[in-house]
Amino acid sequence: MPKFEVDPAVHRGLADARLNVEIDNGDMILNLGPQHPATHGTLRLVVRLDGERVVASDVVIGYMHRGYEKLTEYRTYPQITTLINRIDWLSSFANEVPFVHAAEQLMGIEAPPRAEYIRTALTELSRIATFLLFLGEMGLQVGAITPAFYGFRDREYVLNAIESATGGRFHPNFNRIGGLKDDLPWGWIAETRESMRKVLKSCDEFEDLVVSNPIFQKRTRGIGIIPAELGASYGVSGSNLRASGVDWDLRRDGKPYLVYNDLDWKVWTHSDGDSFARYWVRLQETRESARMVLQLLDVMPSGPVMTKVPKIIKVPEGEVWVNTENPLGEMGYYVISKGATGPFRVKIRTASLSNVSIAPWLLRGVYLPDIITVLASLYFILGDIDK
Amino acid sequence: MRSLAVDIWGGWATTLGIKTLIVMGLIPVGALVLGYTFLLKMMSHMQSRLGPMDPGGFHGWYQLIGDGIKFIQKEDIIPEGADKRVFKMAPAIVVLSTFLMFVVLPGGPDFVVAKDLDVGVFYALAVSSLSVIGVLMAGWASSNKYALLGSLRAAAQLIAYELPLVLAVIGVVIQAGTMNLQDIVRFQASGEIFGWDGLGLPLILTQIVGFGLFMIAAQAELSQPPFDMPVAESELVAGYMVEYTGFRFLFFFIGEFGTAFVYAGLAATLFLGGWSVPFIDVDADIMNVVGPLVLFAKIMLVAFLMFWARFTYPRFREDQLQSLAWKWLIPIALANILVTGALKVAF
Repeated sequence: MPKFEVDPAVHRGLADARLNVEIDNGDMILNLGPQHPATHGTLRLVVRLDGERVVASDVVIGYMHRGYEKLTEYRTYPQITTLINRIDWLSSFANEVPFVHAAEQLMGIEAPPRAEYIRTALTELSRIATFLLFLGEMGLQVGAITPAFYGFRDREYVLNAIESATGGRFHPNFNRIGGLKDDLPWGWIAETRESMRKVLKSCDEFEDLVVSNPIFQKRTRGIGIIPAELGASYGVSGSNLRASGVDWDLRRDGKPYLVYNDLDWKVWTHSDGDSFARYWVRLQETRESARMVLQLLDVMPSGPVMTKVPKIIKVPEGEVWVNTENPLGEMGYYVISKGATGPFRVKIRTASLSNVSIAPWLLRGVYLPDIITVLASLYFILGDIDK
Repeated sequence: MRSLAVDIWGGWATTLGIKTLIVMGLIPVGALVLGYTFLLKMMSHMQSRLGPMDPGGFHGWYQLIGDGIKFIQKEDIIPEGADKRVFKMAPAIVVLSTFLMFVVLPGGPDFVVAKDLDVGVFYALAVSSLSVIGVLMAGWASSNKYALLGSLRAAAQLIAYELPLVLAVIGVVIQAGTMNLQDIVRFQASGEIFGWDGLGLPLILTQIVGFGLFMIAAQAELSQPPFDMPVAESELVAGYMVEYTGFRFLFFFIGEFGTAFVYAGLAATLFLGGWSVPFIDVDADIMNVVGPLVLFAKIMLVAFLMFWARFTYPRFREDQLQSLAWKWLIPIALANILVTGALKVAF
């Protein structure tokens, strides 16, 4: 993470953002959620409204807390991948990777190159699947029904590719410590190449249908601007931070993982930091990911997909922190092992929790419809917030 | 001397009864046709899916009727804090305004459901704003914050767009020199384009600006995207309709699509020549049969444009909508009236 000088005025702003919404002065208090179509699940937003203008808001989370950090203490390492699939359920495969890497680093083993290539391809595929859903859904949240269906339609190609490789559309549970469960099926590479062409075409469609739409621009430009240093101090990461002009991507700038360094790709940023910029950056990243998958398919090495590991996996004593660039932002696992078959303690850092924590600051003074725009453009998954 | 009973049963009461039945039948049928053709089928095909295919055997034609039957069977839930009488009355008032608008729409030379009013245009646009009251009542009586916000938005929006709607039509009225809808149709049928009278003169040719304004304003009056803030499902869930279930919700549904049907009919009558069709004499008897079909075809054409926009665009924000109405539509409409008036005087 690049270093930022935080202005003291910003700190005062942060204090303001935590206005207590219970103060009664006759404004209307509106409860958005936990059951509300725009909250992707069970996020609750208590908003104090003056007319339609938001005076203060508070995000209430925890309706879907499932205690994964604690549960990991009672599982063995191979069992945990099943659990962490369900944190960010839209990009489950990407969740598995950092944890498996953490275990592998503690054990001092490395997956064979072919396994790492396949992991990279599947991670990027799940990124595309997540973002395609976002690209459609964002349209839906600002009132256009049709893009959502296009998003779902094209996401299907990607999910089919993931399913045919791993056997699971949503929860692949395909990573093993030391490699992968299986090799790719016959014909997968050709089929995925075809799917990626469809994804690239679909990105052009979104460019035409949504990004260049004047009403969409009117609704999203200048709404929910995250200043770069403020976003960084809130822990906002991933595309949300890149949309504020911070050129920071763990795939390139973090500790090298998977095979990103062998690929030719670009980190996209946008200088505006508003909802439109977040949409635009994700659109570009979808394209970039599709191009990365196409490259990976061309240079996929042959060989085994699993190294030699003992039948019963015991991880030597030690601590490790592995963080990766997941579709929603920075995801990390801090694993402490005491030499048993399961970890002693796992701390999971999920992107959505930090991303949504800036919402009260962003929502001051916007109109009621903009709440939805801002929430949609921050793009969180409830499972990723509540764990 | 005939008795009073004969007078009533053979005279105005029967006529009134038949007319009421026609209106009661035509509006829901119109709503069904629009709902099926556009909401279920056209939208589905735009979104690369099929829509309902099974009910009724042929492309799911029975789906909406089945939905209607389902709605009637449902429990009629009224929220505890609701103002019960107002809550029950609101959907009826919304539908009422649709019915009242419909009765002046001419379908043929002798075919007008109610009277062929001399102030037909004026009357239709006036009763169209009745629905605002229904919407406000629904939102207020629901005792729900979402419903309240939705109905306030609806009131602000419907009032703001009433103006461009009326102003857009004034161009037509000036050119035709009458407010009678039947006469406007006849004017268009008997008009000529630079001396060629093959097509008549559909007023869309001279009033293209007015037509555009009318369509935009009608879209807003119908609370359809891009102007659907009152029902914005992603923020206000369903606005003023949020607490309604069963047949009361069905009323709102019929109101929504029935009004779309009527507005499309108005646009067709005012700008596309209504029930008249080229090459058939407007006073021929056959027009009483062909006329309604022609009008229906034109309604579908106009409704296609409306729903095309509905399924394509995101929605505006409340303030953006207001500034669109006051800063753009109304000045353009006024300029249109000026130009039309000047040309009318000059030629």
